[in-house]
Amino acid sequence: MGGWAIAVHGGAGIDPNLPAERQEEAKQLLTRCLNLGIVALRSNVSAIDVVELVIRELETDPLFNSGRGSALTEKGTVEMEASIMDGTKRRCGAVSGITTVKNPISLARLVMDKSPHSYLAFSGAEDFARKQGVEIVDNDYFVTDDNVGMLKLAKEANSILFDYRIPPMGCAGAAATDSPIQMNGLPISIYAPETVGCVVVDGEGRCAAGTSTGGLMNKMMGRIGDSPLIGAGTYASELCGVSCTGEGEAIIRATLARDVSAVMEYKGLNLQEAVDYVIKHRLDEGFAGLIAVSNKGEVVCGFNSNGMFRGCATEDGFMEVAIWE
Amino acid sequence: MVGWAIALHGGAGDIPIDLPDERRIPRETALRHCLDLGVSALKSGKPPLDVAELVVRELENHPDFNAGKGSVLTTQGTVEMEASIMEGKTKRCGAVSGLTTVVNPISLARLVVEKTPHIYLAFDAAEAFARAHGVETVDSSHFITPENIARLKQAKEFNRVQLDYTAPTPPKELENCGDSQIGTVGCVAVDSAGNLASATSTGGYVNKMVGRIGDTPVIGAGTYANHLCAVSATGKGEEIIRGTVARDVAALMEYKGLSLTEAAAYVVDQSVPRGSCGLVAVSANGEVTMPFNTTGMFRACATEDGYSEIAIWPNN
Repeated sequence: MGGWAIAVHGGAGIDPNLPAERQEEAKQLLTRCLNLGIVALRSNVSAIDVVELVIRELETDPLFNSGRGSALTEKGTVEMEASIMDGTKRRCGAVSGITTVKNPISLARLVMDKSPHSYLAFSGAEDFARKQGVEIVDNDYFVTDDNVGMLKLAKEANSILFDYRIPPMGCAGAAATDSPIQMNGLPISIYAPETVGCVVVDGEGRCAAGTSTGGLMNKMMGRIGDSPLIGAGTYASELCGVSCTGEGEAIIRATLARDVSAVMEYKGLNLQEAVDYVIKHRLDEGFAGLIAVSNKGEVVCGFNSNGMFRGCATEDGFMEVAIWE
Repeated sequence: MVGWAIALHGGAGDIPIDLPDERRIPRETALRHCLDLGVSALKSGKPPLDVAELVVRELENHPDFNAGKGSVLTTQGTVEMEASIMEGKTKRCGAVSGLTTVVNPISLARLVVEKTPHIYLAFDAAEAFARAHGVETVDSSHFITPENIARLKQAKEFNRVQLDYTAPTPPKELENCGDSQIGTVGCVAVDSAGNLASATSTGGYVNKMVGRIGDTPVIGAGTYANHLCAVSATGKGEEIIRGTVARDVAALMEYKGLSLTEAAAYVVDQSVPRGSCGLVAVSANGEVTMPFNTTGMFRACATEDGYSEIAIWPNN
């Protein structure tokens, strides 16, 4: 026990029919991100810096639903959000409604470090970004062909789901009935796992956490999920760092990330017990997953969804990248 | 014996003890009026969620509190309002931010709960949602009061973000420009069946950055309700977010077995810095508590057994 530990995730709730090549790509990305974090930790980079640099890598890669590769709003645009928290003094920063900032997690970090506030959104956040000189791109940069196709399917699925007169056959209908699993009301083949995240405890026992996302496929403009909400999608304290993913509304209602730390603080549970407890008891009918580290160098992943893209590593050499149970 | 209970606040902060009558009395009268409204509603069997909403609507409409009409101004002299509402038994919740024309933000938050599968809508999209549902909107000048224009000027002159209750020591000529004695509003209510609800609404910080979101719309920070209690917090938003104040009161009851009063006192004493926070809370058993670690908090409460209180400073 003791020493550094790191975990990353690329979303919870995965299509059981996900093609093997996609699964392989995901594992490679998670491995690459873990390794980036490990190299940094071995050079004594602090937890908060490691969280930021790993999430930047996840945002930049188009594979997962954050930064480039974000799920699309109902209008076919990208609207991103992110939050970051430093357990040592529970400092935090969050952003929502980001459309031109290349790395939302870094903007969230700047809100924490360089503004008098904790949470900035929409045009106010974009103005702040420009004043801070962060890298700005066109909204198109974030949009991938894959997601344009997914949005189309999601819109068709919604109309099929809500219009009982249309028989469940036809191309989107076939996709919709491939698997009965649903997340956030969408068939899982179309639902995009919501977020990426990273949690780190460094060699000094400092914990940090961060989460970044494009949100729900086909979401209403202006819809904010759990990822930028401190206590819901992200939380870090002296004891632990937590990042959640899955059905945003369920995570908010459960104040999931905060509760992991709260049961450790108030019930004296250890990290594994705390994660098991919140996943089992706090989600009601919702589906979600989380990654967590403790100040003792432990790392735990927990989920009640159909799989979660995840990877974790500890200083004593343990490393694992996984998708399913 | 379990009965109904209600508590409401008009903001916590550095409210000076020598607050002049002309500033104190209208607020006390408003608190009394809102308390009476809430109590009548509970007595007539209205569900706590409806009661919390209607009391906060009333507080939003009152220009002396920092919510709805009377909201403090952003650094650009505009109004950006936010609110959230939560029902204890089901944990259904709704939140809105960045509103500029919606007369009653708390009612829009309620609509997010009732009419969407989502929890939180913000800025242009929230405004569009309001229009799509025929919610009452007005020109944003409706919300701006001369007092708040003065407060913004004062804050800019001091070049700092100012909690709306901070009482600076201004040069003589600025002394009467703005008294800063206003804050977030909120209401919590419980009926005799243990149904709980919490609602909070605000204009935010004087001179805040455009797009700044505070604790009020963040579930678990400014507002929370579950089967044990309902909580609405007020004060320095950034501290309330870090301290997950509203959730922590309930968590202490749930995970440490503390009573409502103990849990609320603990959070206000330990989870947030001195001078930053106050809250009102009720429990499923009809208890009520209104702790704060600031100079004062505009507050009122009543319980079915006949107790009632309207106060500003400690031990009033």
